[in-house]
Amino acid sequence: MTAVLDVSGLKTHFFTHAGVVKAVDGVDFAVSKGEIMGLVGESGSGKSITGFSILGLIDPPGRIVEGAIRFNGEDIANAPEERLQRLRGNRISMIFQDPMMTLNPVLRIDTQMIEAILAHEKIDRKSAWERSRDALGLVGIPSPEERLRAYPHQLSGGMRQRVAIATAFLNKPDLIIADEPTTALDVTIQAQIIHEAQKLTRQTGTAMIWITHDLAVVAGLADKISVMYAGRIVEQGGTDDVIDHPLHPYTVGLLGSVPTANQRGARLFQIEGMTPNMLALPQGCAFGPRCRARTAACATQPAISDVARRRLRCFNPQALAEVQE
Amino acid sequence: MTNTATPVELKVETPFQRFRAEFFESKIATAALGIFCIIVLLAVLAPWITPQNPYDLAQVDVLDGRLPPGSEAFPGYIMWLGSDGAGRDLYSAILYGLRISLTVGLASGVIALLIGMVIGLVAAYAGGRVEALIMRIVDLQLSFPASLVALMLVAALGKGVDKIILALVVAQWAYYARTVRATALVERNKEYVEAAQCLGISRFRIVFRHILPNCMAPLIVVGTVQTASAISLEATLSFLGVGLPQTEPSLGVLIANGFEYMLSGRYWISVFPGLALLLTVVSINLVGDHLRDVLNPRLKK
Repeated sequence: MTAVLDVSGLKTHFFTHAGVVKAVDGVDFAVSKGEIMGLVGESGSGKSITGFSILGLIDPPGRIVEGAIRFNGEDIANAPEERLQRLRGNRISMIFQDPMMTLNPVLRIDTQMIEAILAHEKIDRKSAWERSRDALGLVGIPSPEERLRAYPHQLSGGMRQRVAIATAFLNKPDLIIADEPTTALDVTIQAQIIHEAQKLTRQTGTAMIWITHDLAVVAGLADKISVMYAGRIVEQGGTDDVIDHPLHPYTVGLLGSVPTANQRGARLFQIEGMTPNMLALPQGCAFGPRCRARTAACATQPAISDVARRRLRCFNPQALAEVQE
Repeated sequence: MTNTATPVELKVETPFQRFRAEFFESKIATAALGIFCIIVLLAVLAPWITPQNPYDLAQVDVLDGRLPPGSEAFPGYIMWLGSDGAGRDLYSAILYGLRISLTVGLASGVIALLIGMVIGLVAAYAGGRVEALIMRIVDLQLSFPASLVALMLVAALGKGVDKIILALVVAQWAYYARTVRATALVERNKEYVEAAQCLGISRFRIVFRHILPNCMAPLIVVGTVQTASAISLEATLSFLGVGLPQTEPSLGVLIANGFEYMLSGRYWISVFPGLALLLTVVSINLVGDHLRDVLNPRLKK
């Protein structure tokens, strides 16, 4: 399997008045055809910026300072805007967090979907309309003809997110970046949306990057997981490996923070401290000050290394998961 | 997932339909709109419903000058609103005057809106130096009273309908530019713009198809208010004698004509055109006021 997307050494920095924010600081990963990768991290860990870097939508004062983003073999890290515009929505699509905000409130659904097709293909409106209708049917929207005539405010949140997903799949892209697409939805709707997304990637062979802060979501969805902390990937591996045997203390902490039914009454685990200030990252390991397994070695930045079928950035892997009480 | 759900009767209420329903909730605004429509109708139909063409010197007799309202100029021809100093039937003159006033107001309003809208959008989307330059010009322009700018321009350009429209456009485009830029700045940072970028839609389409329709609400409000002020500004200029020539009497010219007779008790020559002007401007402003209430999401119930 060849990689649809191969990101290596990606660094996206923001040059603010207060200093340089290294939002993404050396990220590597690859996604193959039909594969779903979960990109997990807390708010501000750089996971969304990674997504926007791939689409070339980093606005000043930010820019990609280093690294390569190979999409189907072509490096698009610093490709010209015209090239990126032809890729966006066509070969690479994006699904956003809040479906209330991502549809234009004054345009009907059909207008917005047809526009997304016509931006990349020269076909007549009738065929574009038919393709939009079929796409809505594929994501489980009943009576798609009527929904097409509706305005966004007439649809529920779950329905709008289905429209957003249908729009993302319209041009049969090779890669879809989903930025917390279920965070704003009810749990039941969340499960349905995940189901639809999974079904569509299987059917179409589209690769997907699912950005989330919720390990529970990607546990049942992704083929592999990359955990990000302070702009770097700290642990990366197959979903089963990472979920069942997390090695990095941060991953262990994230998993421990998920409440489960069989620990009622027990004190919920929490990672101490706050996410670090991106302008003043701690010396050495960025997670060091919050880490229970911290040793003297952590005063230097750990390199990423291959440990037990995964890539890990830690001196003290929690092989026995002893932190998880 | 199977589509066994019963088809829901989805009543597609367009934003326009909702807006229309909300607008007609107010009796005052509905009445104002009605009056404005009647005024427009009267102005448009003036050549067919007036007894006299005040521009046609053959129909105007100086000997009929300054007749009080209700006088009979000749048997069967009653001047209900009297006549002015030149012997023009005031009712006819007012309707013809309204034609000019409305044409000038609407034409300058629409042209200024289009120019201001494009400039404001460019400023908001370009940002940086372009925006700074445009907005400083707008500030400079707005620091002068609109009447002063228009007065200077008309004095320099000369009389005529086209010249006064040009002067009013120059005096008013900045209001539109500022309004559009402020709204567009808010809109361009909304997520649907980012989503449209992610769909690979061109910049031009994003600005004009996605951002612009979302800026329409404040633009419509400013448009109505500025049109009303354009009409009164034109009347002001004509009253001062720099606007339209005597041969094309707008409401301002008619008021000015009667001004000298006010103290001698011949009130009607100024008062009736003045009332027509008042009615026009107030009805537009009432409509604009209510539009602002309806279109402002913060005042929504």
